Amino acid sequence: MVNKRQAIKNGVSGVYLAIILLLIYAPILLLLFASFSSARIIGEGGTFSFEWYIRLFQSERVMGILLNTVLLAVIAATLSTVLGTMGAIGIFYSNKRTSALLQGANQIPVVNAEIVTALALAILFAAVTLQRTYFSLVVGHLVLCTPFVLISVIPKLKQMDNNLYEAALDLGASPTQALFRVVIPQIASGIVSGFMLSITLSLDDYIITSFTKPATFDTLSTYVYNAVKNESKSDLPLIRALSAIVFLIMIIVVVVLIVRSSRKEEQSR
Amino acid sequence: MKKLYFSRKQLCIPYSVFLVLFVFIPMLLILVYAFTQEAADGSLYFSFDNFLNFFTNSSKLQTLGVSVTVSFITTFFCLIIAYPVAYILARSGWKHTYVLLMLFIMPMWLNFVLRITALRELLNIIGFLGKYDYVNTVIGMVYDFLPFMILPLYNSLQKLDQSLLEAANDLGAGDVHTFLHVTLPLSMPGILSGITMVFMPSMTNYVVSETLGNSNITILGKMIEEYFSTYDDMHMGSMIAIILLVIIFLTMLLSGGFKENADETSSRGANLW
Repeated sequence: MVNKRQAIKNGVSGVYLAIILLLIYAPILLLLFASFSSARIIGEGGTFSFEWYIRLFQSERVMGILLNTVLLAVIAATLSTVLGTMGAIGIFYSNKRTSALLQGANQIPVVNAEIVTALALAILFAAVTLQRTYFSLVVGHLVLCTPFVLISVIPKLKQMDNNLYEAALDLGASPTQALFRVVIPQIASGIVSGFMLSITLSLDDYIITSFTKPATFDTLSTYVYNAVKNESKSDLPLIRALSAIVFLIMIIVVVVLIVRSSRKEEQSR
Repeated sequence: MKKLYFSRKQLCIPYSVFLVLFVFIPMLLILVYAFTQEAADGSLYFSFDNFLNFFTNSSKLQTLGVSVTVSFITTFFCLIIAYPVAYILARSGWKHTYVLLMLFIMPMWLNFVLRITALRELLNIIGFLGKYDYVNTVIGMVYDFLPFMILPLYNSLQKLDQSLLEAANDLGAGDVHTFLHVTLPLSMPGILSGITMVFMPSMTNYVVSETLGNSNITILGKMIEEYFSTYDDMHMGSMIAIILLVIIFLTMLLSGGFKENADETSSRGANLW
């Protein structure tokens, strides 16, 4: 009796999860299929073809935009990881008041609505230079990413065994050596996850980008948004192919992550 | 020894300068711009005009109303869809729920403009696009923000002590009773942080409302963008930003743990890695 009830419960639960997952993936799967159809508009006939994929890779404009997007993400993530890691270490060794103040300030961009951050930065740059440049764009992305680097690194500092640093100094290491050979390795996992998080935040961003970018510069987000708003018939099929590729890359990354974490689990057993 | 600590502390100087220049000063500018107007000679003078204008202008008040309504409905649907998902993932005791959870949050890694574009094509095929602007906008927001609700709920439900549930059962409480009086109250922190994490972006993320609502739905975020890029009136834009912040602050206050939520919010992305 109990088993039967449990079986029904499991069945209902499984069906519910399946329905929600289906709804979540339906739009993406639709694009995946449509990207292999020669039709410009989904549902308007068409035959199986790689046309859009070929055109996508031939489009210098779209390839340039992709390169811009990735380059910006790498620059922003690298700078914010350095800035944020230094900040985290500094905050960790500061006195209580400074540390509380800086950690509070660090939360402002996290809790704040992104559009308010974006507008605030745009006003600043308008007041100072009257124009937006690549510099203002990078600053925008740093404001977006750096707080999350701190949030990833500070817990690792707290878990760290502080005696090791002192031991290194006692054994003759200079403070700089001790920092790079003892502290940094112990917080490396936090630094890496801060970096990865920064990459995803930067790649995904639309609002801050559109408020801080120079007029002629486009990232993936701003390009796709404008193409969709203008219902550009030449761009939409390319975007389908592009989405399909990005989605497949994402699946590969996730599978690698899952395999890696299940291996770790087995090792720890 | 003292000098040593000093040198490590110095590492936070660059970030402190950065915070002052690009977080403090810009936010201060918003406050200044919201309560000033520009005179003919370009100088600024103090003024309540923007504030009064906002609350006496019917189209602005309508935008405020639309924004709050869309956010409420979005948050509501996110909660009732996400709770069972999080509950099943956290409490079913199935194997590999970690993989399932990944499946639910994986769409977050696909660029959100691409995701919304995909949804737009689907809504177009089933004939919704251009017809049901509000429905489409809410569907888009729920679609986009669902993981923000699933994650905190999952975290709080997973922490739930199994022995409490067993105790309730032993003491004669049925499943429904146990859920209402034990599980639900104990998952409240997750519910509250999920609400704040969904409510705010649904008032501001105008990419969703513009792409799916056929440009017929103006939410607060869109209005700020319009004053910034179309009307070039940063004073009004700043005033709307301040009003937005006040609303967000009030929701956080209403949903209880301001501090608790800040912690959970800060881990919203960190959970993913």
